[in-house]
Amino acid sequence: MEFAIKTLVFLPLIGFLIAGIFGSKIGDKASQIVTTGLLFISAALSWMVFLDVALDGNKYPVTLFNWVTSGTLSFDWSVSVDALTAVMLVVVNSVSALVHLYSTSYMEEDPHKPRFFAYLSLFTFMMLMLVTSDNLVQMFFGWEGVGVASYLLIGFWFKKPTANAAAIKAFVVNRVGDFGFALGIYATFLLFGSVEFDVIFANVGQYKDATMSFLGHDYHALTVVCLLLFVGAMGKSAQLGLHTWLPDAMEGPTPVSALIHAATMVTAGVFLVARFSPVFVEAPDAMAVVTVVGALTAFFAATVGLVQNDIKRVIAYSTCSQLGYMFVALGVGAFGGGVFHLFTHAFFKALLFLGAGSVIHAMHHEQDMRNMGGLLKKIPFTATVMFIGNLAITGVPLLSGYYSKDLIIEAAFAAHSGVGEFAFFMTVVAALMTSFYSWRLWFMTFLGESRADAHTYDHAHEGPMFQMRFPLAALAVGALAAGWTFKEAFIGHDVAGFWNGAIDLSVKVMSHGESLPIMEAAHHVPGAVKLAPMIAMIVGLLLAAWFYARKTDLPQRTAKTFNLLYDFLLNKWYFDELYDFLFVKPSFALGRIFWKRGDEQTIDGFGPNGVSAAVAMVAAKVRKLQTGYVYHYAFAMIVGLAAIVTWFMASGISSGAGH
Amino acid sequence: MLFIENHLLSFMMIIPLIGAAIIMMIKHQDKEIEKRNIRQVALWTTVATFLLSILLWAGFDSTTADFQFVEKYNWVGEDIKYYVGVDGISMLFVVLSAFLMPIVVLASWDSVQNRVAEYMIAFLVLETLMIGVFSALDIFLFYVFFEGGLIPMYLLIGVWGGANRVYASFKFFLYTLLGSVVMLVAVLYMFIETGTTEIPALMTHGFDTDVQNWLWLAFFASFAVKMPMWPVHTWLPDAHVQAPTGGSVILAGVLLKMGGYGFLRFSLPMFPEATEHFAWLVFALSIVAIVYTSLVALVQEDIKKLIAYSSVAHMGFVTIGIFLLNPNGIEGAIFTMLSHGIVSGALFLCVGVIYDRLHTREIARYGGLAINMKMYAATFVIFTMASVGLPGTSGFVGEFLVLNGAYTVNTWVAFGATTGVILGAAYMLYLVRRVIFGELDKDDVKAMPDLNLREKIIMAPLIAIVIWMGVYPNSFLEPIHTSVNSLIETHFSANTEHAAAPAPQSAAR
Repeated sequence: MEFAIKTLVFLPLIGFLIAGIFGSKIGDKASQIVTTGLLFISAALSWMVFLDVALDGNKYPVTLFNWVTSGTLSFDWSVSVDALTAVMLVVVNSVSALVHLYSTSYMEEDPHKPRFFAYLSLFTFMMLMLVTSDNLVQMFFGWEGVGVASYLLIGFWFKKPTANAAAIKAFVVNRVGDFGFALGIYATFLLFGSVEFDVIFANVGQYKDATMSFLGHDYHALTVVCLLLFVGAMGKSAQLGLHTWLPDAMEGPTPVSALIHAATMVTAGVFLVARFSPVFVEAPDAMAVVTVVGALTAFFAATVGLVQNDIKRVIAYSTCSQLGYMFVALGVGAFGGGVFHLFTHAFFKALLFLGAGSVIHAMHHEQDMRNMGGLLKKIPFTATVMFIGNLAITGVPLLSGYYSKDLIIEAAFAAHSGVGEFAFFMTVVAALMTSFYSWRLWFMTFLGESRADAHTYDHAHEGPMFQMRFPLAALAVGALAAGWTFKEAFIGHDVAGFWNGAIDLSVKVMSHGESLPIMEAAHHVPGAVKLAPMIAMIVGLLLAAWFYARKTDLPQRTAKTFNLLYDFLLNKWYFDELYDFLFVKPSFALGRIFWKRGDEQTIDGFGPNGVSAAVAMVAAKVRKLQTGYVYHYAFAMIVGLAAIVTWFMASGISSGAGH
Repeated sequence: MLFIENHLLSFMMIIPLIGAAIIMMIKHQDKEIEKRNIRQVALWTTVATFLLSILLWAGFDSTTADFQFVEKYNWVGEDIKYYVGVDGISMLFVVLSAFLMPIVVLASWDSVQNRVAEYMIAFLVLETLMIGVFSALDIFLFYVFFEGGLIPMYLLIGVWGGANRVYASFKFFLYTLLGSVVMLVAVLYMFIETGTTEIPALMTHGFDTDVQNWLWLAFFASFAVKMPMWPVHTWLPDAHVQAPTGGSVILAGVLLKMGGYGFLRFSLPMFPEATEHFAWLVFALSIVAIVYTSLVALVQEDIKKLIAYSSVAHMGFVTIGIFLLNPNGIEGAIFTMLSHGIVSGALFLCVGVIYDRLHTREIARYGGLAINMKMYAATFVIFTMASVGLPGTSGFVGEFLVLNGAYTVNTWVAFGATTGVILGAAYMLYLVRRVIFGELDKDDVKAMPDLNLREKIIMAPLIAIVIWMGVYPNSFLEPIHTSVNSLIETHFSANTEHAAAPAPQSAAR
């Protein structure tokens, strides 16, 4: 099994190296076959490992070799697998394999195919290093590694200025998060004397009440650690405040959006918090922050998603919102629920993105839904799988989203805390909006009359069967069945056996007079609470149908009536403008001031230039001698040195004699 | 062989001088043949020296903090000696210097056409002096090498430099002169006070606290300029911009390390109390340097200037690390210097590649190189990532260790310095966006060919080392451990407990 683990982690790296270095020699076709083939092998091995870990309760701590040792700090390269990692392996490699396959067709006309597939495989490898780490630093390696792959893929069409801008934005905003992550690692090391998970988790109890000074004040140490790490999670998982890069990341090719910006990389923050759950449960304030941030993000992103017209941006905000749900689950202590939603979301969100890709492919790179409509007749297969995706994301019973999303909403209620109630309210409202924007997307795209030009519409067609439709079908199966199949293991009766210590299951709340684990208590909430998301879903669907299938002039009139609110949402709450004003512009302005006023006027003005002005008179005379300055200075130095040597020799000898 | 091993450092210093002497004698009627022969001699001389440096590394004993490969002879009178040797702190700097030289010679192969002999001689002499700086164990010998190294560099900028070379070399001269004069006074004082010029003896002398403060400041004046630290950094951007590619590589790769090395060799062990006393000053200046120069780098329009400013920011991490006085900090600082030596050298080589083709350093003149110079683009992006400290590259390890060490000493320092990680990404990626990405719409840029064989031979080992240092840094950290621990234990014993056992209750001050 260890060999299988090592193999499945390193195959994508090999694929990256082959396609990246020899891509132009072996050609497009070979690059695609190699990378995609290796990914499918990795995916198969991942399921094998998953079944072994999930069914037999095995753990595989695999250390490769020591990475860094300095002072008391030491950590290894490792490819360790426990239940949480196994879940991620399956998600990452399955979706990645399907996206590789899908891309062979989607990117058909692109002249840089080897590069694209190399990046995809590089991303996959980095993601695998992230999830198989047994310490914080290797996780950080994977964390930044996926960031680079994401940067390269967002900017894949590097001739487009918008793509370049989005790529830089993604990297830099993520660096802000990583700033927190890095400080979190240092704080962890200071507290625990180690960055290895085993050591940290074994000693949490010991430091439960420790305090730590941060920027001059003393705080509860574990809260500091958790909040700093959470800043990292907020960056990668696009939580409110650090979310601005995700919608722009849609500049990348659509398969990238499906793999990186929906199913895998953006869930790394959720993974981090789940991985660190034994520490988070001892930091209640940090948990509360996670809950509130998650709830606000779920709500905020959903509101923005209501009015976007770019098909990918709607799904991007939807992703942002769903990630908020996951953090709500983590924040109230239902870690299994958070990871379960990560798992189901990967299937239906990748499905929706690849479906959107199929639409864009059919419409010749048109992404504006205002120029679509009536595509049901042209691409019924895509319409069907996206319909399934919508059923799953909105939480229709028996589909995957139903089990995971409703559990989160119920767990928020079951927490019986102030932040829990807040999160419950926000997530129910967000559920309504989720249903609305998801169906709005579907209605605008597939129903009604075509608003595209006739030529584009007439030539709209499905992608090839094997390369594009098979991945969609496979993901549709996941969207249909993943929830029902795995619910007992992730969040039901088998949790203890399934998770086997990989995440914390200790959070208990009062339910009907007895203290129950929160995920169990979530099953015992009042009927009205269970009905709430269902009602929200139906209301959202009906509203969307009313607006976009029946009274199609209503959206425009509503937007006019509430134009202030509409503009506010359309402009994404003006976050970009605010950040531009607060950070980007001042940075450039300060840079210019420091350069021109600081360096050139002040430092040079009083320093070398001031001196040289004085020397200039001498230099003017020197110039008359028709020789370069340089030799003179050099000569002067040599003479000076010689003089010093002579003087030193004399005094040295005399002092030597004095002894 | 034994003879060579016993005099390894001397051989490493003499061989370049022999090479320089041979070059002086090369004369041929056909100027092209003459130039070719000169280049060949320079190349093989530097390669031979580099091979010796591998012997040095291989023969180095990592288990002791004592000086190794020691040679000691009387030189001037009985007091000043030719006394050389290396320990864990200096050994890898010698290797770094020797490694970069053949690369510099190769990089100048075509771009330097005028006064080739003098150019190569300047570099070879510089190599001797650089190796001398890192291996001198006599303070006066050190001073001679330290200041003498300026002369060839100064000539390289002044003779083979760009349009504004006179101003740049003059500025370089003024700054360093100021620092070195003050340092010389301190050196003389120390000699008169102790009666010895041997560095190992001075390390254990134990100067009075008051005296320490003055001496520390005197050395600081010199090392701060060399680093360079804010606000005495303004010579560096000008020097880099005007220097030929090879000069920039050595300037960034080796000369900037002399200040950091100086702190470790002199300031810390000789003036430990003053070091602790002034650590705050260094932290403050370093954090200002990181933030200030990063912001300045963001608005640069000249590629070399941008990388020069980024060097100042990186050196900010180094000075912080050194004065943390814990193993993570100092090892991180040394590692950062080694990594920066490779990465910034490589970045300047990258600039040289396109400068040779288009003869401009102006960022706006480029764009879209990813289309017609694919291999170059990949190379540039790899070094950019190393420069921004991406884990898995050399840039990460040093920064990470320094910041980790900083957090245990003071969270403000860690917090302030870590902002550099964000800004660093911003200015480097912004540079890449403008040079490598974007539309390829300028005719002269379109005509630029991708890396040629010589350039590939230069870049390949640099990439390999950047990855090696990132994935298995222990190769480079192992020789350092013992000497650093000994430095800390001997002079700052209070700090070792602190770093070894983080106490949870009052861990960070």
